[in-house]
Amino acid sequence: MKKSVFLGALTLAGLAAGTAMAQDSSTLAAVKERGMLKCGVNPGTPGFAAPDASGKFVGFDVDVCRAVAAAVLGDSEAVEYTPLTSAVRFTALASGEVDMLARNTTWTFSRDVDLKNTFVGVNYYDGQGFMVPKDLGVSSAKELGGATVCIETGTTTELNLADYFRVNNMEYEPVPVESFTEAQTQFLAGACDVYTTDASALAASRASFENPEGYVVLPEIISKEPLGPLVRHGDDNWGDIVRWSLNAMIAAEEYGVTSANAAEMANGTDNPEINRLLGVEGELGAMLGLDNAWALNIITQVGNYGESFEKNIGENTPVGLARGLNAQWTEGGLIYSPPFR
Amino acid sequence: MSHSTQSLAYVRKEMIEQQPAPRSQVGFTRWARENLFSGWFNTLLTLVSLFVIYKMLAATLPWVFGGVWNAESLDQCRTILNERYGDTHYACWAVIRERWNQLLYGFYPESQYWRANLAFVLMLASLAPVLFDKLPRKMLYLTMAFPFLLVWLVWGGTIWGVLSVAVGFVLAGVAFKIVDRFGSMALSAIAAVVVAVVWWLFIGPSVVDGLNSVAPLGHLQEVQSRDLGGFMICVIIGISGIALSLPIGIVLALGRQSDLFIVKTICVGFIEFIRGVPLITLLFTASLLLNYFLPPGTTFDLTLRVIIMVTLFSSAYMAEVIRGGLAALPKGQYEAADALGLDYWKSQRLIIMPQALKISIPGIVNTFIGLFKDTTLVMFIGIYDMLGLSNAIRANAAWNGIYWELFIFIGLVFWICCFAMSRYSQWLERKLRTDHR
Repeated sequence: MKKSVFLGALTLAGLAAGTAMAQDSSTLAAVKERGMLKCGVNPGTPGFAAPDASGKFVGFDVDVCRAVAAAVLGDSEAVEYTPLTSAVRFTALASGEVDMLARNTTWTFSRDVDLKNTFVGVNYYDGQGFMVPKDLGVSSAKELGGATVCIETGTTTELNLADYFRVNNMEYEPVPVESFTEAQTQFLAGACDVYTTDASALAASRASFENPEGYVVLPEIISKEPLGPLVRHGDDNWGDIVRWSLNAMIAAEEYGVTSANAAEMANGTDNPEINRLLGVEGELGAMLGLDNAWALNIITQVGNYGESFEKNIGENTPVGLARGLNAQWTEGGLIYSPPFR
Repeated sequence: MSHSTQSLAYVRKEMIEQQPAPRSQVGFTRWARENLFSGWFNTLLTLVSLFVIYKMLAATLPWVFGGVWNAESLDQCRTILNERYGDTHYACWAVIRERWNQLLYGFYPESQYWRANLAFVLMLASLAPVLFDKLPRKMLYLTMAFPFLLVWLVWGGTIWGVLSVAVGFVLAGVAFKIVDRFGSMALSAIAAVVVAVVWWLFIGPSVVDGLNSVAPLGHLQEVQSRDLGGFMICVIIGISGIALSLPIGIVLALGRQSDLFIVKTICVGFIEFIRGVPLITLLFTASLLLNYFLPPGTTFDLTLRVIIMVTLFSSAYMAEVIRGGLAALPKGQYEAADALGLDYWKSQRLIIMPQALKISIPGIVNTFIGLFKDTTLVMFIGIYDMLGLSNAIRANAAWNGIYWELFIFIGLVFWICCFAMSRYSQWLERKLRTDHR
């Protein structure tokens, strides 16, 4: 009897909640009504997303969430972070548990098309690399024939590894591990000769070793791993907002707009593109259904792409990543925003 | 047969003083002889075991006690250890020192820790009269009030919200009493539910809003479910699951043995369904898939969802444990209850259940301990329990690469809780043992 009571109460609660809530399916309206952006992030990757000592999420991916919140709600702190494992991230996005994902997710054909997601851009161009102990005396991935390799199961890196060794006609012995943590411990304990994952994670991992000089990251990058934020299919306007929030950060770096000088530049500059970006000219914000100061809010509260990079994962941080492919296109990288026009 | 005393060489004239038993027959020596060195094979085994224990302690104790407590990062720990010992094979307890509050309270605001502490003390106080029957029965009022106090203290807000929920229960009880005079048990139960639901859904919320605007009594800073974590979330989920799953389990176990076809079918179906599905699946459903079934825009507190799922899961197991106790009772007990003219509920309450539950104590506590440890599974749905926090702490550049210290701390906390539960159940078994052995 108790159970039927409970189920009845649950049903009634659900029905009541259903009738009470406005049946508005637009994500933008839902976010505005809630006053909070629900953003799916990695539960803990150094530099990209992790809670700090006070429980506040910080990181390079987190900054994308904060940028969208700043654009939509005018407050970069109005974000509810949902830490998601790689296994559940797409389900959480599809079910509406989160409004967007910024969780170092590789943009692939099947994830985009088959899983019905919209990748709105790339905020970090990564690639799979190898790390070996220096004592192994290996200087190129081509010399890894016969090695034991620590590899996280069920990831794209596992498939890339198999492809790479097959193409190069080499044998290897996989040591399957479940997580980043396990991989690190196994590798340090000498259970495998080689640890392979995204190059950014390798660098972060190596930086935490007791003796980083004893390990080298091999020069070969064997796969393309464009990591970017994504939204679910079915709400193109919302996708546009996330896409252009990211683009605003990228464009701001290109035009030299920083968190320090954005407010001053918002009084008007000689560059019409900056003026449009900051809402001095044109009605770009209104076209997105946002306030015209949306991009200004992003840049003053979060900073431009370069600032976010340097603060979280740049060369002066423990993660210590060089810009490399992630430099602006004007400086030989791939980071490129379509024009604000 | 005549012989004089002269023919005897020696006759003792007085009793000798009682002597202590030979040293080899008392105390540790005897115990050691009997238990450790009672034969060449056992002696060998003892020596080998002692050697293994010595090796283990020699390897771990310096690591544990030589550890560093004052450091800001793993690197600093290693520097200190290198200066002190010349190598780094020692613990870095500094991570516990810096983050212990996070491991225990999650991201609960630091200025509000007193609320969590108070709730914990109240929890112990309200559990005490349930666990020990020597304590004054009046303390049970605290036990009844505790769920509401817990919600108010932990999540904050004004006191009116939880009071309104409590009023719903009171109204349900009143309705039950009134209808019970006229109709059957089932009818009064239905009346109670209807009254409570009507209050909770339609009248209560507006009353609460009104009271909140007029007199925001006992307003505490609100804390979001996302900020709960660490050991605290394990205790909240564990204790709610334990408290709710026992009564639900009893009802399910009785339902499964019922002669009423529909009741029986529902109970069997529920139990077998839940037992056939892993807990992690239920948790995934609660955290990710529930949104598919609820109207868009609905928010349903994540902690509440998890508590519901964990409770459903453990009540199915509990039902089977209690069914085992029921099955172990001799049929004569049921017949005796019938012969006394007791009705179904009375015979269950007075005769069957006290005996069945006593038999099931080990199984029940087993389920409780399992449930408590299963609360760490919430890590996979994005709640930062202690294990989740250990990952989060590692994701911080300062502590990246630290494992054992965190896991040992977490293991210790769980061990203390589970060991206490196990000891209590053994004490209870001894206390309730009425047979002659």
